[in-house]
Amino acid sequence: MRLGHDRDQQLFAASVRALLGRECMPEHARAGFSPKRWEALAGIGVPGLLVPGQYGGLGLGAGELAAVAEEAGRACAPEPVIEAAVAAALLTHAADGKDTGRAADWLRALADGGATAAVALCPAAPVAHAVHADFVLVARDDALYGMPAAAARIVPVGGVDPGRALGRIDTVVRAPGAALLLATGQGAALAEAARLGAIAAAADLLGSARAMLDLTVQYAGRREQFGRSIGTYQAVKHKLADVLTAIEFARPTVLRAAHSYDHALPSAARDAAMAKVFASDAADLAARACLQVHGAIGYTEECDLSLWLRRVWALSSAWGDAAHHRAAVADDLLGPDPAPACPPR
Amino acid sequence: MDRLLYLTLCQIMLARVTDLAFTVAEEDFRCEIREWLAAHVPREPLPSMDTAEGFRAHQEWERELYDAGWAVVGWPARYGGRDASLFEWLIFEEEYWRSGAPGRVGQNGIFLFAPTLFEYGTEEQKNRILPPMARGEQIWVQGWSEPGAGSDLAALRSRAVRDERRGGWVLSGQKTWSSRGAFGHRLFGLFRTDPAAGRHRGLTYLMADLAADGVSVRPIRQLDGEPGFAEVFLDDVFVPDADVLGEPGQGWNVAMSTTGSERGLSLRSPGRFLAAADRLVALYGQVRAGTTPGRRTPDTYRDAVADAWMRAEAYRLYVFQTVTRLQEGGVVVGAESSLNKVFWSELDADLHTTAQRLLGPHAETGGPWLDGYLFALAGPIYAGTNEIQRNVIAERLLGMEREPKGGRR
Ligand SMILES: Cc1cc2nc3c(=O)[nH]c(=O)nc-3n(C[C@H](O)[C@H](O)[C@H](O)COP(=O)(O)OP(=O)(O)OC[C@H]3O[C@@H](n4cnc5c(N)ncnc54)[C@H](O)[C@@H]3O)c2cc1C
Repeated sequence: MRLGHDRDQQLFAASVRALLGRECMPEHARAGFSPKRWEALAGIGVPGLLVPGQYGGLGLGAGELAAVAEEAGRACAPEPVIEAAVAAALLTHAADGKDTGRAADWLRALADGGATAAVALCPAAPVAHAVHADFVLVARDDALYGMPAAAARIVPVGGVDPGRALGRIDTVVRAPGAALLLATGQGAALAEAARLGAIAAAADLLGSARAMLDLTVQYAGRREQFGRSIGTYQAVKHKLADVLTAIEFARPTVLRAAHSYDHALPSAARDAAMAKVFASDAADLAARACLQVHGAIGYTEECDLSLWLRRVWALSSAWGDAAHHRAAVADDLLGPDPAPACPPR
Repeated sequence: MDRLLYLTLCQIMLARVTDLAFTVAEEDFRCEIREWLAAHVPREPLPSMDTAEGFRAHQEWERELYDAGWAVVGWPARYGGRDASLFEWLIFEEEYWRSGAPGRVGQNGIFLFAPTLFEYGTEEQKNRILPPMARGEQIWVQGWSEPGAGSDLAALRSRAVRDERRGGWVLSGQKTWSSRGAFGHRLFGLFRTDPAAGRHRGLTYLMADLAADGVSVRPIRQLDGEPGFAEVFLDDVFVPDADVLGEPGQGWNVAMSTTGSERGLSLRSPGRFLAAADRLVALYGQVRAGTTPGRRTPDTYRDAVADAWMRAEAYRLYVFQTVTRLQEGGVVVGAESSLNKVFWSELDADLHTTAQRLLGPHAETGGPWLDGYLFALAGPIYAGTNEIQRNVIAERLLGMEREPKGGRR
């Protein structure tokens, strides 16, 4: 029995943290996706984390991804780290060990940082990082299609977090240039990829929540009212203590989910759902508490807190919100929800 | 370049990886305790340990555990334990609570006092005190709180005055809320030995016999109607030097090692909550199937049931993480234990509230769920209230400025 990031996961996370500490200060994060930063991240293997070695990636798993995503959240990095990982998992399925073909090409392009991906697993929902994606993967009826961005007719749509560069993919999947990557009946592979996204988003949310908490602790120590720093008031302290508690108890659930994913354990689906429940709840609590403790300054775009608030508001419901995943755990634990059917008319 | 370096590092490092399986030896240990419990746990629940009859029955159960080598698995063998690792102890606890075995009447001795004895006790003290504690013969009672000293423990005023002639200390004052005080045998507590020294300084950690001359015990009925704790009045009670734990004047530091165990791992292991959560899931099923009378719409509480179960599970994982860190880094669990305390006590209260909701109109008629509910409601109060824990989390873990202390006197 051992529960904790491995030494190499820690080492990897530390190198990502150092890089983002230099290249992704809040003023950089504000400016959105940066090809230069993506290249730097590719230099240490981030986009190719889950790409098998045969295609030039690191061939690592969800454990490493979680460690890295947490750092991306901490730095509020507006790069498509989660999307690259999910795309890698899907394309690895599609390539099926072959060295040629679309999937193999995209895997190589992901790993060397030459291309970014967007992933549209739920129909109709806006797609994160679509605006600057080089190719997109689109799920329809249990099948997976891939197409270069140019073929996908991506329409930018606004969103609460500009860093997510949302777009609507406005195309039919059989458009010219689109390729069928996984034929119908691959629902399991799609569900597994969605799980990976949920785990990575959960890890990102932990890093984001911790960053907000740190900012807020500092602020509460500086800001004085009634002749003393607001951080000495218990109403403030206890809110932040609750945030720390929520984060610290969410983290091991994320580690476990990553472990279950990597080893394809029977509990993998439930473990991923549970991690997202705890991480979304912790991050939502952090956003709420940290905004409150900042007062009016926190309600401004200018305050750096806003970067993470926006990230968390979006990411806590992306890849399934807490309610969605909680219901999944409940179904698993208690049997399907016998929600009353519509009364007969 | 960076990437090559990274890959090389990955290859040369035999990293210890996350592994959520127990070893074969640990699984064997689990089977052994599970089988033993299946054969020995009393079929009918024992009467409440807070009654004279129940207290005796629970002592006998402790003796049975001891004879089979299960009373204090984590202790060294020479004191009656089996040198179990922390993970084995967690496994023991999971199986223990899963089996529906009786509550541990000796818990405050075994889980709170003993860890302090291991750290500060002399050989003589350990040899004298630990074996009868393990056998359930001597039930220890915690004597910290006083009428004027609750959360502010350092305000305590019970005194111990030096008696050179007899070679010991003379205690006077009043302790209160001492769990098992009504029927227990010995008390460990804090006493003021140097009233002139600062609040935390002039304190000494002492033990006293509840049957000694000058001790009177007044049982106090708790919300469940039973005398679960007691007031202890001390009127010139003599205690020999052999019953001082640690150095005179060092009582605060000695005591703080017990608070770590109380809030942290030992008092409330995950096993207890995992078992309660599994029973809650079963209760939902029974109420829904109509085999247990309950509310007609149990589905309203699906999310709450799932949440309780998930939080018990999260607590388990968190503790696995803590034990991993303890074993690898040799770090001590300090203020982090406050996170534990807040988490398990609120989880327990919410879990039992959910059970009450599932039972609906039948909740008030009593039974194990009502008992559990009442017990869970004390969790946020004892072992340092959750408000105090939140202060500790904010000040010691987040580094926030301490609030100004003191005020009108
Ligand atoms: C079931 C049970 C068993 C117990 N067993 C034992 C035992 O065996 N031995 C023993 O010595 N004691 C025991 N206790 C006592 C327990 O340790 C105390 O109840 C606890 O320390 C709180 O003290 P108090 O009850 O005096 O509350 P108080 O300290 O008076 O607190 C009352 C309220 O004020 C709040 N408060 C106080 N100070 C602050 C502050 N600085 N900031 C914010 N809020 C504050 C508290 O959080 C609480 O909500 C037991 C208690 C219970 C309920």
